[in-house]
Amino acid sequence: MMKFFMIALLCCWPVLSHAGEAKDVADDPAIEKRMMHLAEKVRCLVCQSEPVATSHSEWSSDVRAIMREKMKAGATDQEIMDMLVERFGKSVLYDPPIDKETISLWLAPFILLLLGGSVLIYQLRKRKNLIAETPLSAEESQRAADLLNSTKELQ
Amino acid sequence: MTRFILPLLAFIILAAFLFKSLSNVNDSVQQGKDPREVPSPLIGKAAPAFELPNLYDASKHFSPQEMQGKVWLFNVWASWCGACKDEHPVLMELSRQNIVPIVGLDYKDKREDGESTLRQAGDPYALTIADADGKVGFDYGVYGVPETYVIDKKGLIAYKLVGAVTPQNLRETILPLVAELQAK
Repeated sequence: MMKFFMIALLCCWPVLSHAGEAKDVADDPAIEKRMMHLAEKVRCLVCQSEPVATSHSEWSSDVRAIMREKMKAGATDQEIMDMLVERFGKSVLYDPPIDKETISLWLAPFILLLLGGSVLIYQLRKRKNLIAETPLSAEESQRAADLLNSTKELQ
Repeated sequence: MTRFILPLLAFIILAAFLFKSLSNVNDSVQQGKDPREVPSPLIGKAAPAFELPNLYDASKHFSPQEMQGKVWLFNVWASWCGACKDEHPVLMELSRQNIVPIVGLDYKDKREDGESTLRQAGDPYALTIADADGKVGFDYGVYGVPETYVIDKKGLIAYKLVGAVTPQNLRETILPLVAELQAK
């Protein structure tokens, strides 16, 4: 009897031990949704290729908790983002603003495209000039005309 | 001929850029810095205000205003942090030299764990405060422990180090900066 009781108790153990952990979700699903949406745009600084929304790092979970808290207190998304940038710098944003520091990054693809495009156009023009126009003799043009006419009749 | 030279030239330029950035990463690793480190926007700004209980005696509180007029180091550590054990002897040596007071922030730690760590390994701090929930650490932009801040006489953050204090970065960066700020 005692043994049976112990086994039953052991089976309950995972459930009981789990109960004490802090839950990582807001009570209000609307806030949770809004927070997760915003957290997609925040870089986890501990695991830099992951957004805070999906990261399992403790730092990310802290950031999510603080975002929830601020949202409950009525902060706007912009206010929360500003607060994060103020503390951790623009690197926390996955979509960094265009400013003095980031302008070269934003413009680089367009400059490269322009550069590549102009090289392409230059090369194509040069190639066009390479094709020498050989003038046809009277006899050759007559033959060409005949050939052209004969194909027309076939149609 | 240019047909081969131009792409080759482009490749050499690209290779030079790649080599440069790789060796930058290498240099920063050799200096004990993390290449993923992000620059702190807090440099030059006032150290965020707070009030936290002392690690040994929760009835005593500390706030950074108490350090006005002094240059001080603010070292974020925890008993669970491995790299903190690496920097611990360096901080011990620094505290023996009595050059600059070090205030410790026991970040997201259990009070008993923080206390027993300092009891066993020695306490390099002028005083230590407990940031159990990490809220103050968050305000200081902490994302990897250990982190060390140099704060000037006016209470402005002059420098932030992410990662362990080493004899090298102490000698080359932190101490010269402290001396410069103390002379001001």
